Amino acid sequence: MAISVSLTVNGKPVTADIDPRTLLVEFLRTHLGLTGTHVGCDTGQCGACTVHVDGQAIKSCTILAVQAQDAAVTTIEGLAAADGTMHPMQAAFKECHGLQCGFCTPGMVMSAIDLVERHPKASEQTIRDELEGNLCRCTGYHNIVKAVQQGAAAMGK
Amino acid sequence: MGATEQGVIGQSIRRKEDYRFLTGAGQYTADVYPQHHSHAYFLRSPHAHAKIRHIDTTKAKAAPGVLAVFTGADLTGVNGLPCGWLITGTDGKPMNEPPHPVLAQGKVRYVGDHVALVVAETPNQAKDAAELIDVDYEVLPAVVNCVEALKPGAPQIHDGAPGNKCYTWALGDKAAVDAAFASAAQVSKLDIVNNRLIPNAIEPRAAVATYNRADDSYELYVANQNPHVERLLMTAFVLSLPEHKVRVIAPDVGGGFGSKIYLYAEETAMVWASKRVNRPIKWVAERSESFVSDAHGRDHVTHAELALDKSGKFLAMRVHTTANMGAYLSTFASCIPTILYATLLAGQYTTPAIYAEVTASFTNTAPVDAYRGAGRPEATYVVERLVHQAAVDTGIAQDEIRRRNFIRSFPYQTPVALTYDTGNYDATLDEAMKMADVAGFATRKAEAATRGTLRGIGYASYIEACGLAPSNIAGALGARAGLFEAGEVRVHPTGSITVFTGSHSHGQGHETTFAQIVAARLGVPVENVDVVHGDTGRVPFGMGTYGSRSLAVGGTAIVKALDKIVAKGKKIAAHLLEAAEADIEFKDGKFTVAGTDRSKTFGEIALTAYVPHNYPLDKLEPGLDETAFYDPTNFTYPAGTHICEVEIDPDTGVVQVANFVACDDFGNIINPMIVEGQVHGGLTQGIGQALLERCVYDPESGQLLTGSYMDYAMPRADDVPSFKVGTKVTPCTHNPLGAKGCGEAGAIGAPAAVMNAVHDALAAAGVKYLDMPASPHRVWQAIQSAKKS
Repeated sequence: MAISVSLTVNGKPVTADIDPRTLLVEFLRTHLGLTGTHVGCDTGQCGACTVHVDGQAIKSCTILAVQAQDAAVTTIEGLAAADGTMHPMQAAFKECHGLQCGFCTPGMVMSAIDLVERHPKASEQTIRDELEGNLCRCTGYHNIVKAVQQGAAAMGK
Repeated sequence: MGATEQGVIGQSIRRKEDYRFLTGAGQYTADVYPQHHSHAYFLRSPHAHAKIRHIDTTKAKAAPGVLAVFTGADLTGVNGLPCGWLITGTDGKPMNEPPHPVLAQGKVRYVGDHVALVVAETPNQAKDAAELIDVDYEVLPAVVNCVEALKPGAPQIHDGAPGNKCYTWALGDKAAVDAAFASAAQVSKLDIVNNRLIPNAIEPRAAVATYNRADDSYELYVANQNPHVERLLMTAFVLSLPEHKVRVIAPDVGGGFGSKIYLYAEETAMVWASKRVNRPIKWVAERSESFVSDAHGRDHVTHAELALDKSGKFLAMRVHTTANMGAYLSTFASCIPTILYATLLAGQYTTPAIYAEVTASFTNTAPVDAYRGAGRPEATYVVERLVHQAAVDTGIAQDEIRRRNFIRSFPYQTPVALTYDTGNYDATLDEAMKMADVAGFATRKAEAATRGTLRGIGYASYIEACGLAPSNIAGALGARAGLFEAGEVRVHPTGSITVFTGSHSHGQGHETTFAQIVAARLGVPVENVDVVHGDTGRVPFGMGTYGSRSLAVGGTAIVKALDKIVAKGKKIAAHLLEAAEADIEFKDGKFTVAGTDRSKTFGEIALTAYVPHNYPLDKLEPGLDETAFYDPTNFTYPAGTHICEVEIDPDTGVVQVANFVACDDFGNIINPMIVEGQVHGGLTQGIGQALLERCVYDPESGQLLTGSYMDYAMPRADDVPSFKVGTKVTPCTHNPLGAKGCGEAGAIGAPAAVMNAVHDALAAAGVKYLDMPASPHRVWQAIQSAKKS
């Protein structure tokens, strides 16, 4: 039995009839074609599916789409400017080589932005502690930490 | 190379591929949504070892949305999955190679073994229907440990492998080794367990298979590191399909680390089924499935001995290893604990005699195959733990015992088959010691003691054989495939360039590094060069990416194609400039008549090749598009020294990596930023093996106990430090780039460096020996046991 859900995704209003058990990540990927949000695990551990719901980073595999009713959701596709210019955090990840295969990257960037909003002038240790919920198998985190520091500075944090 | 060209080589140019990854525009296999596609779900064995008495799929077939249900009985005419490397045992017989069915045939042999494929309209319908399949199992006793599997009375897994043995294989001069041990002043010994790991690329495996009835062809998107190999094995060995009717596309791939080299049952069954259901079929592994069904890594049990003379010179090494193959032979499983392991036991040292014997056994566990480093981390761990132990036993300093035994004359023929072409092991050790401020260690240790923690330092001077591989040598050693690489350089009429490579990038940044090579050579901007990979429909037949081979082998294939481009360009320029071909020089993007200012730009030559109005058509074909295949003449030998410092809290057993330094020799470097990134990632996987990761099967039930990220400890951002990495360069002597490869070094050197540091730290607490991972539980227990004794 379908259920109706209405929310805003990357600034655009969206209404859809969906299976009530649809996870937010599944809704974003399958119904809206926003495949930049990735699924890397089934236990809420890897963080590849991290998006912003009303400005807060959440793992979109851990909530149902209907729980985002009336919320404003931002995904990795919604970060860059309309002309394609990357958000300062995205630019910092590129500049610092904070990504390799790119699979964890969207979740990592979304978490990083939330992190620096909550922890301006975060120390390396704070950044490492805060990124504990985002797994990366490629970079060894070294350049991700640098990217978050540089991205924070570019964001004026 | 000229000044301009050098300007591109060795520069940390930011990656061309990053924009799409950073904006959510990458396309991984799970992002492929063909019209009218259906979904696959694999029913897997819940038992480690069981006979299948009967399977009833009636209810599942009638479930909502189900298109088809297939079991092993349906796969008539489908062969088993092949193993790509034949090992010949010490008895002169080929290894035991029992069938590896795509879907179980009467028996299941590990938890996760594939029993049935359900195809339905939605993933949930496929999953729900799978629960309705009634499988009548007769559960059998299981064995998961590779040593236990070889004991009399162990459960027999395959009819074709008596005693669960795959092979016993040996390398080296046993008599010379025995003689050296008999006269040795000192023998150092270790028993080592190299812990089993689960690769855990963050992108789970995935596949989308489509059959096209119009021309009886297939298209397979798959998360894979070598699409041509995947296609060849699948079509020629398993499904008996015409190779040219199957296109395999490995699009953006979210990490591989070896686990995506192999031909797996899932995509094979899906390609077969796509014709039967005549609909595209999509499958994306859940992480729990990845844990039980991806090929795992390592899992060795080893006894190793090192004989030394009075002065600390190594006389001989003796190694016996038992290696776990899992329940079936995965694609390259057999060569990992043999060809890629025992051949590296010389390390960086002049040990004149080495003998290694390896027994590989079958167990009721997931197949084990190459995982980042593949045999070489295991070899380095044996050598460098032994060297550390020998230094402890003899009282010689850790750096000094290494220096007394370094190889300093090249080429160097080891007693275990390899010929090192070049290296400078003193240089990397010296630099690593400087970077690590070894001189200040005693002060740091004393300071740590005031805080009640134990500080230790550990070295690993590793070597690896990369750039796989000379096909003739590999063939003589049992490889059932060539190991060349292919590259095509297609110059467009306006002078921009598309490169087609058989290498595959799943994080390594080939789109940038390879573009730098082309830009440097042809004198064009990096932005004018695009690199295409991962599609058998577009790129020439290549062997893909593994064994740190892409730059040394794939890059060289591109260089060879560039040679042809330049040679043809010279012919065209000679015609246009009315000069002899021999007088044309090519430099900085210009073809010039030597000694004159008469020249043509690369762009002018490209345009002329495609608009051949003034052109020697009687002697030269139009167009500027060249392909080259390159087969290396030797392996490459990256080497270096890693130094780790740890601090251990004796009250909790927690080990903290306080400092990690890596000084590596990768030969010439094209993009230092990318190389450093590869090292960081490898080090973290190595630290993961040393301190966190361990795949555990229950010894009785054979159930995987570490089957999720809740149970298997992956390295997280707060588990590792920032690294200090540096390089020293001795260019590889046998490829034109002088490149050796950098992808695996971190994972090879780090485990031994960390564990040597752990042992150094724990020596003060009386702890003699600890296996990986040095988890708080194990460390604390070891400290308590040492106190009691």
